[in-house]
Amino acid sequence: MTGTTPPILHGPTSKEKKYDRQLRLWAASGQAALEESHILLINSGPGVVGVETLKNLVLPGIGNFTILDSTIVSEEDLGVNFFLEEEQLGGFRAEHTCNLLKELNPDVQGSYITEPIESFILKADALKPYTLILVTAPIAQELLSKLSANAETAAIPTFYIHCTGFYSHFSIHLPPAFPIVDTHPDPETTTDLRLLAPWPELSQYTAEKTKGLTEMNHHDHGHVPYLCLLLYYLEEWKKTHDGKVPQNYKEKTAFRQTVAQGARSDNAEGGEENYDEAVAAVLKSLNPAEVKSSVKEVFNAPECKLLTADSPDFWLIANAIWTFYVAHDALPLPGSVPDMKAQSADYVQLQNVYKSKARSDLAEVLQRVRELEKKLGRTKAAEEKEVELFCKNAAHIKLVRGRPFHVVQSGKGVKWEDRAKAAVQGLTNPDSLILIYIAFLAFDIFTSTHSADALGGAAKIPGEIDAEADTEKVTGIAFKIIDDLIKEAGTVVEDPDYSEAKSKAGEFVQEIVRAGGAELHNIAALTGGLVSQEVIKAITKQYVPVDNTCIFDGVRSKTSVLRF
Amino acid sequence: MAADPAHMNGADPQRLRWKYLDKILSRPGPFTDPDWEPGEAVIEGLSRAKIFGAGGLGCEILKNLALSGFKDIHVIDMDTIDVSNLNRQFLFRHADVGKYKADVAARFVEKRVKGVKITPYCGKIQDKDDDYYMQFAMVVCGLDSIEARRWINATLVGLFNEEDPDSLKPLIDGGTEGFKGQARVVFPTMTSCIECQLDMHAPRAAVPLCTLATIPRQPQHCIEWAHIIAWEEERKDITLDTDDPEHITWLFQKALKRAQEFNISGVTYSMTQGVVKNIIPAIASTNAIVAASCCNEAFKLATNSNPFLGIPETDNYMMYTGDESVYTYTFQHMKKPDCPVCGNLAKNLEVDSKSTLQEFIDSLAERPEAQLKKPTIRTEAKSLYYQSPPALEEQTRPNLSKTLSELVSDGEEVAIQDPAFQIAFKFKLVFKK
Repeated sequence: MTGTTPPILHGPTSKEKKYDRQLRLWAASGQAALEESHILLINSGPGVVGVETLKNLVLPGIGNFTILDSTIVSEEDLGVNFFLEEEQLGGFRAEHTCNLLKELNPDVQGSYITEPIESFILKADALKPYTLILVTAPIAQELLSKLSANAETAAIPTFYIHCTGFYSHFSIHLPPAFPIVDTHPDPETTTDLRLLAPWPELSQYTAEKTKGLTEMNHHDHGHVPYLCLLLYYLEEWKKTHDGKVPQNYKEKTAFRQTVAQGARSDNAEGGEENYDEAVAAVLKSLNPAEVKSSVKEVFNAPECKLLTADSPDFWLIANAIWTFYVAHDALPLPGSVPDMKAQSADYVQLQNVYKSKARSDLAEVLQRVRELEKKLGRTKAAEEKEVELFCKNAAHIKLVRGRPFHVVQSGKGVKWEDRAKAAVQGLTNPDSLILIYIAFLAFDIFTSTHSADALGGAAKIPGEIDAEADTEKVTGIAFKIIDDLIKEAGTVVEDPDYSEAKSKAGEFVQEIVRAGGAELHNIAALTGGLVSQEVIKAITKQYVPVDNTCIFDGVRSKTSVLRF
Repeated sequence: MAADPAHMNGADPQRLRWKYLDKILSRPGPFTDPDWEPGEAVIEGLSRAKIFGAGGLGCEILKNLALSGFKDIHVIDMDTIDVSNLNRQFLFRHADVGKYKADVAARFVEKRVKGVKITPYCGKIQDKDDDYYMQFAMVVCGLDSIEARRWINATLVGLFNEEDPDSLKPLIDGGTEGFKGQARVVFPTMTSCIECQLDMHAPRAAVPLCTLATIPRQPQHCIEWAHIIAWEEERKDITLDTDDPEHITWLFQKALKRAQEFNISGVTYSMTQGVVKNIIPAIASTNAIVAASCCNEAFKLATNSNPFLGIPETDNYMMYTGDESVYTYTFQHMKKPDCPVCGNLAKNLEVDSKSTLQEFIDSLAERPEAQLKKPTIRTEAKSLYYQSPPALEEQTRPNLSKTLSELVSDGEEVAIQDPAFQIAFKFKLVFKK
């Protein structure tokens, strides 16, 4: 116990007060990443979904945003876009949306570009200042293609967003290796107690706490941590089962019975909480530690196996943890213990048993990291706190393999490659919204092959004037996409499934064309919420992002995430 | 093809502003009812519909309703603006801190979206009576307390009268917590109501008092001890104000000292605030998603421009999770025949016949299917316990130490009233075997 001087109070700063409700999710590290970011929005069409996305990024305090939009504010903008005012009619939409967004948070820098995208994209290094790019449809597909290629070269995550009528969709192009350490798994799923492989200190602690268990007074008996009870009864069980722990469901249920019988009911409470906890934990705590396939994927990645002097720290640490895993047949111990009925001092002591083991595992991983650094001749050492975070989350790390989204090229059709088979399955799955996605692809093909006037100027938006005629054309395009997909997958879809898929696609097309390119504010706001959430994940490298396409159906209020 | 709204409203240049909305409202779609007639009547109906909004999602809801074509919006909020609202409640600025939310929000949206009328009331939703709620076409709520939700739900269920179709007020409810949330639509008495769904929002189990008092293990236990026990012992005469930094600092230092005595680490100022104020993380993106989903349903409901959630025998609930990719589950929550609010059967409540009435009353606060904090209990024949008036309380107090088996028979029906709700909840007490 330290002296009697009250500790110095570090009350929250004004920033901590303002951002309190979000810092409880992504902490100071996530906030710092947001504040260092610069988002580019390439806006078009009614342009609401892009602005609504930025709203949800300005509020939590991204560092910087830029809006590229050469549109002039018109009467119809005022009925759908909240970040424009009457007085701004005739002005640049980029300028005014930028200014009204900036009002939301004085800590955020915002700027705008009114240059047309056609010339902007031609400049060398045009995309260089940006951390992440948002592109909204409609956009000429050859420009999108150029943009996507440039962003890929510069390794800048890029989002492509559609929002029309009651439907929306967005696809995310992340770098080819996008690893996440801080995935924030559900705390219920992360408890790792190693009851089947206790290390000497844990066994010793258990022996101490369960010594003379049956003779203990009621108070002590009712305060033995449940973890020790399980270890104690496991030892008893092993004595009569060839030294083996319960192997299957039947044995586990029998074991649970044994534990339950150890509880006393002749005490004042008529039962024991610690025994209740032990009984409840039997089925979930006696499974051999298995490494998730998503973690194995990281270990087996070529980047993990073939380290170079320039490998990102993530791969270096992943390699060290992999060799640790091979050596010990277990991942480093995360070291946390759930709350349980126990005396304060016993519980703290138990926490320390787990923490010390976690620290010694960390020390070993760190040593492996340092050896690798030396062997590879790396000049900059990986930070210890990064290694520590990795060890804590080792069972839940995740690797996303980013890939380019579909850009429809006139005459070339849509290519599905290795995703063709899965996509065909989606055609007949009632929960998949792939047919809405196909309707959007058809929308893009239509706009890139039809212009509003005979001069080949602005793209023609399906349904802007004649919904019936355009529905027919876009439906024809969608049907061709479906047929080409089935062909590419090298399979057939039999009737009635085939006709049903086509008739559904026809309905989705009709609903999209009905909107004539209009955005509905609610759908734009909802999609802006989804996109901003994914932007935050991509920037903070926390939580698990959409991989790689999300579709929203505002008619039935459903979403679907698909990988293309 | 339907009439083009640009021609239809040629005389009204203001209507140009709603060009996008009118596209949808002037054309039938593949999922609209074959009898639906798009066009002017729908557009007019939308602008005439009086709609009510409330709650922590209020900023989003007002913006969305105004840009969905609603013209007559009423809003209730009792809160004033706090600096920690600014990371998501986008109608408020630093200079507005301390002012009433409803006032500031209404003025802002009226100024931004011309032609919309927003009527604010700064107070509690419970201040208003049946006549007030009767005037609306529907109610959209993003309330942050379960209690307020249950109150508005019970009120709207009570309002419905079979003779008068106008008394059916759809309730659209949204709620968020961190990256999670839900949007649901209730047609009072026809579909599953908030009370039917109560067990989906179970309260967090409280830490037993003896753990706080004698065997703390977690930093939170030390904070709860400072909050519940130390404050009562040492500063009884001062009412705890969780917004007063001095009070939080006092609790923080108390908790920290206790934690040190027990070698517990992890007590911070931020955690103290979180535990004492029961802070739930809240972010702009989830609020945007859930509020927009609610308003999308309100728009479809008001215009019939597409099917909406809550049509009997169809989906009425969308659950949203955004921390691991994006996941939604949209389903039909079934109405419960023994729902204490919208059903007509008493709900079974399993009880231990040996427990005292006091123990039973204490357990009601935490039981997911009840969640009643100040219950008054009576059977058909006798009063078991009254919270007030004092004379009745005194008279019924001796019952608190009696066991349930002394007071009621197995399977007997009781009515439970709580000052937070206008109605009596019907339960059937079934003895545990």
